[in-house]
This record gives sequence, C-alpha cells and structure tokens, in this order.
Amino acid sequence: MINTPQKERHTISIIVDNEAGVLARVIGLFAGRGYNIEHLTVAPVDSAGTESRITVVTVGTPKIIEQIKAQLDRLVPIHRVGDLTEEGPSVERELALVKVSGSNEQRLEALRVAEAFRAKRVDSTGTSFVFEVTGKTEKIKAFIHLMEELGLVEVVRTGVAALKRGKDAL
Amino acid sequence: MSSKAKSGAEIIIKSLEDLGVEVIFGYPGGAVLPIYDALHNHKKIKHILVRHEQAAVHAAEGYARSTGKPGVVLVTSGPGATNAVTGLADAMLDSIPVVCLTGQVPVQLIGSDAFQESDTVGITRHCTKHNYLVRSSDDVSAIIHEAFHVATTGRPGPVVVDIPKDVQILPSENQHKGPIKHRSYLPALKGDEEAIKKAVELLATAKKPIFYTGGGVINSGPKASKLLRKLAQLIGTPVTSTLMGLGAYPSTDPLFLGMLGMHGTYEANNAMHDCDVMVCIGARFDDRITGRIDAFSPKSKKIHIDIDRSSINKIIHVDVPVVGDVAHVLEVFLKFWKKGRHKLDGEALKSWWAEINLNRDRNCLDYAKKDDVIMPQYALERLQTLTKGKDVYYTTEVGQHQMWAAQFLQFEEPNRWMTSGGLGTMGYGFPAAMGVQMAHPKALVIDVAGEASIQMNIQELSTVMQHDLPVKIFILNNEYMGMVRQWQELNHEGRYSNSYTASLPDFVKLAESYGATGLKVEDPSDLDATIIEMIETPGPVLVDCRVEKLANCFPMIPSGAAHNEMILPDENETKKFEGGAALV
Ligand SMILES: Cc1ncc(C[n+]2csc(CCOP(=O)(O)OP(=O)(O)O)c2C)c(N)n1
Ligand SMILES: [Mg+2]
Repeated sequence: MINTPQKERHTISIIVDNEAGVLARVIGLFAGRGYNIEHLTVAPVDSAGTESRITVVTVGTPKIIEQIKAQLDRLVPIHRVGDLTEEGPSVERELALVKVSGSNEQRLEALRVAEAFRAKRVDSTGTSFVFEVTGKTEKIKAFIHLMEELGLVEVVRTGVAALKRGKDAL
Repeated sequence: MSSKAKSGAEIIIKSLEDLGVEVIFGYPGGAVLPIYDALHNHKKIKHILVRHEQAAVHAAEGYARSTGKPGVVLVTSGPGATNAVTGLADAMLDSIPVVCLTGQVPVQLIGSDAFQESDTVGITRHCTKHNYLVRSSDDVSAIIHEAFHVATTGRPGPVVVDIPKDVQILPSENQHKGPIKHRSYLPALKGDEEAIKKAVELLATAKKPIFYTGGGVINSGPKASKLLRKLAQLIGTPVTSTLMGLGAYPSTDPLFLGMLGMHGTYEANNAMHDCDVMVCIGARFDDRITGRIDAFSPKSKKIHIDIDRSSINKIIHVDVPVVGDVAHVLEVFLKFWKKGRHKLDGEALKSWWAEINLNRDRNCLDYAKKDDVIMPQYALERLQTLTKGKDVYYTTEVGQHQMWAAQFLQFEEPNRWMTSGGLGTMGYGFPAAMGVQMAHPKALVIDVAGEASIQMNIQELSTVMQHDLPVKIFILNNEYMGMVRQWQELNHEGRYSNSYTASLPDFVKLAESYGATGLKVEDPSDLDATIIEMIETPGPVLVDCRVEKLANCFPMIPSGAAHNEMILPDENETKKFEGGAALV
C-alpha cells in the first residue's frame, strides 16, 4: 500500500469490574488481535474495591486505535473506555525506582542529577542509591539515560497513570 | 439444609426451566454427574445424548439458528470442555447464541492439575462472547440467567458457564428471578436517528444503489427480514446476500442478485464493484466478501448498519455508520424515507438495472451437464426442485458442496439455511441438522455433505437413531476434499497433495450398521428416484450420491483479486493464476 497512515501513541483508560480474569481479558484482546501495549497499569480505584482502572498506552494507526477502543467496549465486564489522547488535555505521570552503584565521583554526580530531576533518594548504602523519580515518560527516560553513565544497576517503572484535566471524570 | 435450600445442580436445572429451555445437547462425565442426576427423568427438559461434544455445540447452533432461541449444551470438565471448543469458536464467528455449561473440578482442586482439570475459562476466553467460573452455589442461578442474557442480546454469541462439582452439590436458597440488570453490559438496540437520517439522504442520491445483507438480518429476527423486503421493494434496489444471510431476502425475487463474494454470482459481485451507494445491512466486510481490499467497490459511498460498533470501519471505511439492531434501524429508516417522500432517480435506476441484467445474462452458474455422470450442481438443482414447497431446512458441511448448495438451493425465508460461515467447520452440518430437527420434528431437514466432511461427525448416526431424528444426509461424493483439490489445481499446479479421500467406507453399509437407511446413486437417470426415496423414507437416511470427481466450483474470485476479476465457468479448467500460492 502507498501512503501507510502514521502511527499514533494513545493513552486509553478503562474502568472495569474488579473481578477475576478481567485483566486477562484485556491483555488477551491485545495479544490475540496483535495490538501493541507500551504501558499497562491496573489497580482498584474505589474504596470498596469493586472497580479497577486500567491505563494502557498503545501505538497504532488511527483505524487500529478506533478498533482497540471498540473491541474493548465489547468486553462484558468493561464499564467505560476513554481515549485520553483524543479527549483533550490530560495529565500523565509515571514513577520509576532507579538503582545506581558506583565510585565516589559517580555517586556525587548521581545525586546532582537526581536533584535536578527532583528524584527522591529512598535507599542508600555505602555503594548504592535507589532513587524515586516521577514525571512524564520522557522525563523518566531521560533520567534513566543519564544514570546509565553513572552506574545504573536496575530499574522498575510503574507505567503511565493518567487523568483528564479539569473537573470531569471519564 | 433448610427446607427451601436446594443443591446447586437442582438450582441449575430450575434456572434452565425458568429460562424456557426445552432441550439440552450434552454428554456426561464425572464433573457433571450431579447435574445429570438432577436431569434424570426430567419432565420439561429433554436431553439429547450426542456422541462427541463438538456435535453437541453444533446441534445447539442448529437449534438456535432455526428457532432464534439460544441453544444449550452440557459437557464435562477437561476433555468434554476441550472437545466443545471447535463448536464454540464456530458459534463465536457466526454470532450464534449458545450457552454451554461445563463441569469443573471442585473449587479447592482448581489449579492443582487434578484429574480431568483444564483451564476452561482460559481456553474458551477467545472463542466465547463471555465466560464465567462459578465459585459458589449461591451465585449459580444469577450467573446462568446472566449467561443467557449475554448470549442472546446485542450481537449474539456463545457463553460458557464453568461449574465446579462442589458448587453442583452444595445447597443454597438463591434462585434468581426476573430480568437481568447488568452494570456494564448494555448493548444498544436503537440506532442514532441523526445517523439514520444521513443514511436516508445518502441513499436518496443514489444512481446505482445496492443492498448488501448478511447474517445480522437473520439474527435480528423475522421482523428484520420483513422490513428488508419492504424497503428494497419500495425503492427498487438490487439486493445481494452473504453466505450467512441467505433467506433474509427471498432467492426467487427479481431484485435478488444471488450470493456475493468468493463464489458469489457475476451480477452480484459486479454490482458491488460498480455501485455508487452501498447499504451494508448486518454484514461485516469479511475477506471472503471483499476480495482485494484496495479494489473493493472503489466508487461507492457506504452505509453500514451493524449492532456491533467494532464491525464499523474494521476492514472497509464507511461514510455513514449506524450502530443498532437491524430491525430497529430499518423501521426508522423506512419511516424517514417515506416521510421525506424520497424517490430514486427513475432513469438512473433503469439504466443501472439494464447494466445488471446484462451481467445476469452471462449466466454465471452455468455448467456442462453430462449423461453418464451426475454433476454436483445438477444434483442440487434436482434436490431443490424435488423439495420445493416442502417445510424444508438445509444445513451443510464445508467445501465445494457447501458453495454449490448456496448457489443452487433457494431460500425464501430466514432461519432455514444453516452453514458454518466464519469458521468453515467441516463436520458442522450433520449435528446442526440434528438440532434443527429437534426444534422442528415434522420438517424435512437435509444436510448437504461432502464425503470428507461427513466423516468428521459421522458417529452422530447413533444419536439420530437413539432420538428418532429423521435427518437426511445427502453426500455429494467426489472422492476428493474437493475444495482443497480445486485450490491445488488453481494455485499449486495440480499437485493433489493429500486431498484424495482414500479408503472411503461403504456409506450404505455404514448407515445400515447404525440401523439407518443407506442409498447410493451413480446414474443421472436414477437421481430423481433416489431423492424422492430419501424424502419419503421415514427415519434417518444417508445418500451416497456419486458425482463428477473433478468439477470445480465457479464463479470464483481468486484469493486476493478484485470483484471484477472473477473466473467464470467457461473460462475455467485451463486457466492458471499468475499469483502462485494464494495467501488466504
Ligand atoms: C475441520 C476442518 N479441517 C479442514 C478444513 C479445510 N477444508 C476446507 S474444505 C475441505 C475439503 C472438504 O471435502 P468434502 O467434505 O469432501 O467436500 P467437497 O469440497 O469435496 O465438496 C477441507 C479439508 C476445514 N474447513 N475444516
Ligand atoms: Mg468431497
């Protein structure tokens, strides 16, 4: 085909019944139909624990993104599907824990970078630090990239959590 | 146990009773024995004992498709459930309402690789509309009611309810009553009126309109078929149908162009290619319909009526989508059309029909009759003629015979044609016919079969004998997996790798060994008498109709070609495709 449509990155929010197997249904749909998952977060969000919110960051052509939303909407335990990328401004945050270990010079430099990124030092030993950094995905990536030079040991990321700006809910 | 408490199994059966279930297709085993016990000598619910769980699901599909009611299946855990998977996948792709109860190992043993344990909910997640694992006998009634609700509403489909054995035994007082109010599953029936208005206005501008209809019309119910007829006849548009939709519009009506798609008619496919406004009603632009996507109906604006939003723009971009149930949408459509006093450009319509009729004259289903051997098309023409006017239902297996049946049989009403469209499951037709016969005991139910397909569920001869189901099996025996052989001839230079059905049984003796009637016919001059004998002989009859071995099914859009690149019968035999091996 000529003119292959551009791929876009979308953040999709899904409110589901917090019941056994519901995450498998969502992930299975992505795997079975060959859709992409870049980030996935899930946790109960009401005090009773009956509803969960799943946030998926996915990449696809506009047609595929439409399909993903329509297919998700078909799943029986899904209450609402929202496209935060399409439905106007949203805030997106991610949290990462980043462990570095290195010599004196590197340690000092790591602390300086952490400060610039407003990362919190949540663990420190004589030879290592664990930093907690939050922010947009680009910021997290940049932080990790800088730490690679400074004795990066391991990283864990939560994946994106996102909400629409303003007073309205999904 | 308090006086009102019943065992889970009794609650299950009572729930089915309350839901109006009259027949269950099933097969027992350890994990469903309590349910079978509760079914023992049941007065209202009849159990049909199949001989393979796959057949139970297909029978339930046949029952559902010929009645519009959900079909019900009961199988045991492990192998019982896995044997049912093909049937579930079939019902999923053809949107057939089926509720399948599966036994499961006791709750405490789940996950321990217990005897006959399988992760049924995991295995069937992708081939059901929804599925449930019941964890307590307190929940089982509400879940069964919900399962029926999900299976039968919106876009219908199969639903599995996996029930551990202890849940069947433990007592509870919970018996669900009344309708289901679901928190998250709320399918919309009515189409958006603004969208319907736009659709009406678009159709009113058409110079070359066409209605492309599918199984959604049938699933919507008889009212949808009536409205379709009314609308098409009011406007004068040509109508074509998918394999799944045959019968929604009467085959013999002059507006009907026959089936479209890979083995559809020349006139239907060319009309699809050349039209300027296409109204897709309850169909889903499947690849067997569209052919090459980028060459599909390039000049048309498209309206798409579908109950499933995910069908819209999935494959083909449409200009006016209407999400809703076909009957609901057509009713409003008709109202708006009349209210707006719309009328198509008469002159344009006339020349559009002239164009279509020219293609009709091409007589694309023509074939060379022979005196010494029965042509499969001829056999179906005779079958059609000799069953005309009877209360007849047709099912098919999968292959050339299926496509010929779609081309040569005539369907005047919905719900009388049952074939595996989406999954293309060999072995579907015979058990489906059992289900149809259960629902319509007095009707003539005929499975048009191939000698290869029929062997995939031939064991059901035992079932039809046990339950007095006088199903007729009409085998077009070409000694080949004909459709495979045809593709090998066209795409693989005639290398017939493993497509000859060697070591065939003597079908007459085979039928007789079960106590059924077996007939064989080879000579065209005996064909009518054999068909009449099949119809008039009481009880199950199997006909081994020997046909031309190397006949090909045309017209054909080669895989990956466009609608206007069909191969017609008289261009066949020697024609080779440049493309080589076909992709799909
Ligand atoms: C379960 C299953 N396995 C394999 C196929 C692939 N297949 C499609 S048609 C066909 C041959 C069918 O042969 P037969 O029943 O004799 O029908 P004919 O084409 O000869 O009319 C095969 C193997 C299928 N559709 N279903
Ligand atoms: Mg054959």
